[in-house]
Amino acid sequence: MNIEDRLLAGDKIACARLISMLENNDKEAEEILKKLYHKTGKAYIIGVTGSPGAGKSTLTDKMAKKLREAGKKIGILAIDPTSPFTGGAILGDRIRMTDLSLDEGVFIRSMGTRGNLGGLSKATSSAIKVLDIFGCDYIFVETVGVGQSEIDIVKMADTVLMVLVPNMGDDIQAIKAGTMEIADVFAINKSDLDGADKTKLEIEMNLDLNDSKAFRPKVIKVSAIKNKDIDTLLEAIFEHRDYQMRTGNFDIRRINNARQEILDLAKEDLINLIMKKAVENDFLNTIVNEVYKRKLDPYSAKEELLNLLLN
Amino acid sequence: MERPIRVLVAKPGLDGHDRGAKVIARALRDAGMEVIYTGLRQTPEQIVEAAIQEDVDVVAMSILSGAHNTLFPKVVNLLRERGVTDRLIVGGGVIPEDDIPFLIQTGVEAIFTPGTSTKDVVEFIKTHVKRQ
Repeated sequence: MNIEDRLLAGDKIACARLISMLENNDKEAEEILKKLYHKTGKAYIIGVTGSPGAGKSTLTDKMAKKLREAGKKIGILAIDPTSPFTGGAILGDRIRMTDLSLDEGVFIRSMGTRGNLGGLSKATSSAIKVLDIFGCDYIFVETVGVGQSEIDIVKMADTVLMVLVPNMGDDIQAIKAGTMEIADVFAINKSDLDGADKTKLEIEMNLDLNDSKAFRPKVIKVSAIKNKDIDTLLEAIFEHRDYQMRTGNFDIRRINNARQEILDLAKEDLINLIMKKAVENDFLNTIVNEVYKRKLDPYSAKEELLNLLLN
Repeated sequence: MERPIRVLVAKPGLDGHDRGAKVIARALRDAGMEVIYTGLRQTPEQIVEAAIQEDVDVVAMSILSGAHNTLFPKVVNLLRERGVTDRLIVGGGVIPEDDIPFLIQTGVEAIFTPGTSTKDVVEFIKTHVKRQ
């Protein structure tokens, strides 16, 4: 059986292999996704983001367990950073999910960012499709531990869960732009620590300043490690899903995501094309040198480079 | 770009000492590999399942408890039962010299004992990895 049929038959080895091929830019894998793309779109995609050590993996583990009790098939993609110096990575999210490791209905895959900024790896959206075709009802996509501006997850997730912990800063942090703006649900994890109520209040006050017609994200206090209030958190996620379904925002979001994906893919191929042209006949080094010597300005150099593509 | 080698670093069995496994994980990371670390006290079944889902090229196990003669071959056999024979399996830890020939014979391709340089481990993996 070929890898495509094996994936459709629910073979985990084939599923894992296909994700690797996509991570390695294998053209054959892309052809398979072209053929099977019409089968995607069924899974509900939950993005889990937040700073390093906030408890994203542990919380994902607990949410997945609850959904398993309801008989749902779960996929988890856990992204960790790749070293920009060596290309190596320690992918350690699985450590928090050992209880799920023998569950037939759960597929967990760790991915390195491999140079991608934005909190995800380049192959993440392809891997989501593979798990969707594989038959997952819910796919959790756990970003790297983020700072303030890694928001790629919003391009792929149906609901974005932001995991915060108490006492990470004052109320100014809550009104800052960036990652705080993309959350559809907030979880204040480690809720047994002092300051959880204050952090919740700060987030709530910030949300009260939003446009009153827009969806109002819920802020839920949880303790992943104590398995406390996980049900309430899932309810908040489903409430956001139902709101989107009711208002048509679900389709709007998926249309926007499709647009973004096409443009991102095109951008990537275009850059590769430019790079290929640029290194031919040492062209790039030549113009770099001229710019360095102030014989050429970088703006004209850019135009010369782009002219190569047009010829 | 060359693809990174993916390695599962696993601690089968009941001993709770993973300093060595973490040092190895770090060394492999610095050698440009993607290292999936699964944590302490894993059963052979859990290790095999993780190796499959993560599609690793290498399974590297560390044992200090003395259970290597049972647990290492179990992982090799479980992988074989699932039809997975194209992965490099290596072991390390406090393992008596006398046990090594048996382990090699069962399909663990190298045993690294205390004092091994991390460079040697990296070199062995790079030259023995089975998949393109």
